[in-house]
Amino acid sequence: MTTGVGNRVTTITAAALEAIRAHGVQTFPDECCGALIEIGGVIAEAFALPNTTTSGAARRFQIGPRDYRASEARATELRGTLAGFYHSHPNHPARPSQHDLDQAWPNFSYVIISVNAAVPGDITCWHLKDDRSAFEQGELLCPTES
Amino acid sequence: MSHRVLIPTPLRPYTGQQDAVEADGATVGDVLTSLTSKHGELKRHLYGDDGKLRHFVNIYVNDDDIRYLEKERTALKPGDVISIVPSVAGGAPVSAPPESAAELPALTNDEIQRYSRHLILPEVGLEGQRKLKAGRVLCVGAGGLGSPAALYLAAAGLGTLGIIDFDTVDASNLQRQILHSTNDIGRSKLASARDRLSALNPALNVRSYETALTSKNALEIFRDYDVILDGTDNFSTRYLVNDACVILGKPNAYGSIFRFEGQASVFATKGGPCYRCLYPEPPPPGLVPSCAEGGVLGVLPGVIGTIQATETIKLLLGGGSTLIGRLLLYDAWNMRFRELKLRRDVDCPVCGDHPTVRELIDYDQFCGIAPPQTVAATPSNGVQEVSVQDLNAKLTSGAPVFLLDVREPNEFQIARIPGSTLIPLGQVGSRVEEIRTAAAGREILVHCKMGSRSAKAVQVLKDNGIEAKNVKGGILAWVDQVDPSLPKY
Repeated sequence: MTTGVGNRVTTITAAALEAIRAHGVQTFPDECCGALIEIGGVIAEAFALPNTTTSGAARRFQIGPRDYRASEARATELRGTLAGFYHSHPNHPARPSQHDLDQAWPNFSYVIISVNAAVPGDITCWHLKDDRSAFEQGELLCPTES
Repeated sequence: MSHRVLIPTPLRPYTGQQDAVEADGATVGDVLTSLTSKHGELKRHLYGDDGKLRHFVNIYVNDDDIRYLEKERTALKPGDVISIVPSVAGGAPVSAPPESAAELPALTNDEIQRYSRHLILPEVGLEGQRKLKAGRVLCVGAGGLGSPAALYLAAAGLGTLGIIDFDTVDASNLQRQILHSTNDIGRSKLASARDRLSALNPALNVRSYETALTSKNALEIFRDYDVILDGTDNFSTRYLVNDACVILGKPNAYGSIFRFEGQASVFATKGGPCYRCLYPEPPPPGLVPSCAEGGVLGVLPGVIGTIQATETIKLLLGGGSTLIGRLLLYDAWNMRFRELKLRRDVDCPVCGDHPTVRELIDYDQFCGIAPPQTVAATPSNGVQEVSVQDLNAKLTSGAPVFLLDVREPNEFQIARIPGSTLIPLGQVGSRVEEIRTAAAGREILVHCKMGSRSAKAVQVLKDNGIEAKNVKGGILAWVDQVDPSLPKY
């Protein structure tokens, strides 16, 4: 599977992709979120995290500092690195919102899955431009999923 | 004084990939200033245009968030470690739900007059009334529960009401299904409902679905609605409605009725329980009699359906305390309301933490109901059957027949087949010997209203070594095919 065109390619395993889809369906109609753990240049694990937002989980997600630290710890445990985060857009396209942009961190991959009526849809990958002005779409590559 | 600053992964490209750097300062603010002057690119990610730390940047001194200390003025001791810990947040654009007042439809002057008693309630008000106008509710069934619910929702100023039903109005419906009138007997319930609701409120947009709700069409139909109001009268449809609501994230204003007792709740809201958390397994088929078999007090669905409409309106308004997490039990005979607390079952196969049911299944099969063709091919559970014509032929020819009626005495009073002996189903087991003696070797034929209680009685007799046959279709078939002078009930 390949989505998007862009200069930055993020490779992900089929298992991690499937975990993101399942998580998006599970929390529908609320947003799901989790960390992406990269091992040997490939995102090998989607580490599900609780959505701790207090402003309506149907349209917002939040990963607090404690869960962020848990994500770093998970990456260390797997001898990998924290590559970024994923979240779902229930009944919305897999494109970053202004809200996503406002709160984005640089150098992370932001994977967004669209979940429409509890059915997983497009999955896209985005990176914050260094001047914070916008997201650039990257390419999400899953070699084992056609 | 130099302090260690731990750098999170996304900022390491700006510190030469180091996960920790040293920076000087007596306070947190000083250290961050010295850090960003050394590693300039950090600044725009940590600080906003207003020069303040971005709210998703958390600064910790050892294990304490500086927000709970003295923020950037927090003084540092030797050996204190400072961590920059991200919060990660975002979300979909806020546009879809009609939450913002700007997207709600306006009210006309006529509507303002019509709903004035709502508008002066602060809990409803103009905005609430506009929410009702924008609201879309699907009523599953236009029967006992659907009737009062649909009427009150129409009266309340709901914008769109979908109704799904495939039945026609029967005289026996009119005792409780107040959407329909005597003139409507024989008409489709949807046509009758539409006339009645439009007369009450011409502005209501009524959408009719003249079909049975199935696993194939449920998601597609439900998708367009904000709240599903379950007015079904059978278990397989009730589980279907529940599962479809959970899968789509639509609240289910649930009600059910039997004899003098009713239940109501709100299922399938986020974090709240669903019908399966309450009743994980359907009852064995045939165990629970339907309202047609067991009867129902006509005014009972009026109470329960009105409660469902009340809950639906509060769900649309987004206010009040709904029955989420509570099962309301109503006993009309003793006039008592009780409440049971409900909790979402984390192991629930549909709404639990690890759901196993993620799409709609075959609910007739789930509820143990055999598909119709197999029922026709073999008599139920090997119980032998005779038709009402056979029964009539035997009775008129004077064949040796013992006709056992297993209905209740009040039913026997309404209509009976001449020559029958009444022993209600509940007493058959304890009066087996009496039946054996009374039959005195004659062929035993058993009937009830429609044939399901008598099939159970035949089985009870068989278990006690007595052969008997079930009269197919019961006394209703007898009235239809043999003696139309008897009343149907």
